[in-house]
Amino acid sequence: MSVITLSVNGKEVAIPEGASLLEATRAAGVEIPLLCHLDGLEPVGACRLCLVEVEGSNRLMPACTTAASEGMAIHTHTHQLLDYRRMAVELFFAEGNHVCAFCVANGNCELQNVAVQVGMDHSRFPYQYPQRVVDASHPLFAIDHNRCILCTRCVRVCDEIEGAHVWDVGSRGSHCHIVAGLDQPWGEVEACTNCGKCVDVCPTGAIFHKEDTTAEKLRHSDRPALLKAARDEHVWRNQ
Amino acid sequence: MTSPDQSAPEPSAAGLPDRPKLRLATVWLAGCSGCHMSFLDLDEFLFDLAAVADVVFSPVGIDTKTYPENVDVCLVEGAVANVDNLELARIVRQRTRLVISFGDCAVTANVPGLRNLWASADGSSQQAVLERGYLELADTGAQLPFAPGIVPELLPRVLPLHEVIAVDLFLPGCPPSAQRIKEAIAPLLAGERPVMEGAEMIRFG
Repeated sequence: MSVITLSVNGKEVAIPEGASLLEATRAAGVEIPLLCHLDGLEPVGACRLCLVEVEGSNRLMPACTTAASEGMAIHTHTHQLLDYRRMAVELFFAEGNHVCAFCVANGNCELQNVAVQVGMDHSRFPYQYPQRVVDASHPLFAIDHNRCILCTRCVRVCDEIEGAHVWDVGSRGSHCHIVAGLDQPWGEVEACTNCGKCVDVCPTGAIFHKEDTTAEKLRHSDRPALLKAARDEHVWRNQ
Repeated sequence: MTSPDQSAPEPSAAGLPDRPKLRLATVWLAGCSGCHMSFLDLDEFLFDLAAVADVVFSPVGIDTKTYPENVDVCLVEGAVANVDNLELARIVRQRTRLVISFGDCAVTANVPGLRNLWASADGSSQQAVLERGYLELADTGAQLPFAPGIVPELLPRVLPLHEVIAVDLFLPGCPPSAQRIKEAIAPLLAGERPVMEGAEMIRFG
């Protein structure tokens, strides 16, 4: 395996060829906020929180989906990036109906945590209050579209890990939303195996166990990485 | 707390006889009073506070009905949902040096803001929420409240405080814990600005 070298905030790092800029930042010990990315799932660059500056480019690059190349010089915490990240998080809050106070994920929510990480103490954008629905037709789980940030982790975990492909993204623009099956009530989708992996990976309170009430949802976002390691590398937790 | 209308500063327990007491107010707009309950949870810190600050207006601290002039710091709980909230918010801004958006309702509109989901085509929700509450869900005697000058009219939309007046400091939380309130106001008593960073200080909910 060949190795490439690049710099992250001035620090030289060596990573395997084909690795992403995200892996380069991790090699440099630099933490950048992430929402859509989850180890074990294919990266999609949806949330734009991991944008970094690459010297010589006038475009900002999502670290999770950009391949690192020899000699790159990237910057992860410039004033511009910090400002954009906070704006992006404020827009997440403003475009959905995220009321932390009575959310199943309150206290254990990645959106809430990322807001802290970027220093968001209020939204400078007016809240949109979109009309969204709750689908509680599944016997075990429910999806509250009010709290969905369209990270597509549920779509990816169901397709890539469970192999059921229950979830997809429907419509466009501000009407964009997660659909079950052929845009059916979740409970009517026969492909669903009731495995609950979408609940495990949902970063917010959008997909949850029905028995969970306010602040009771626990996240298990490490599970896709564990399953992937078990399948690809035959590495098990009890080894 | 004590002697709100006293104009001459008295020697404080903190041993700063020359320093005038800070004029502190708290205001309750469209909220559940939970933030004020959390404020009262400051327990014995309230004695320390009383030594260096006069509470000059507060639904839980003093009976004064008119918001006074020359307030140093005001904690504003609640969203802006009706004309009374709006009027008081504007008065607070005119007469206060440092306005704190106090709790998630003031910062985000939070639960009171949920009626904005019932917006009609023009974006307003006041008629829909009144009809739902007083007509559709009424068991008997369905009628819309109408008492001009007594029952304040609802605004078309419920707004966070900073969309109505300029806010100097945001103190989120539902409610902000007593510890968080203390960490935010203790530096202000010393004339410093608190550091509003980290989950302990700014996490919503």
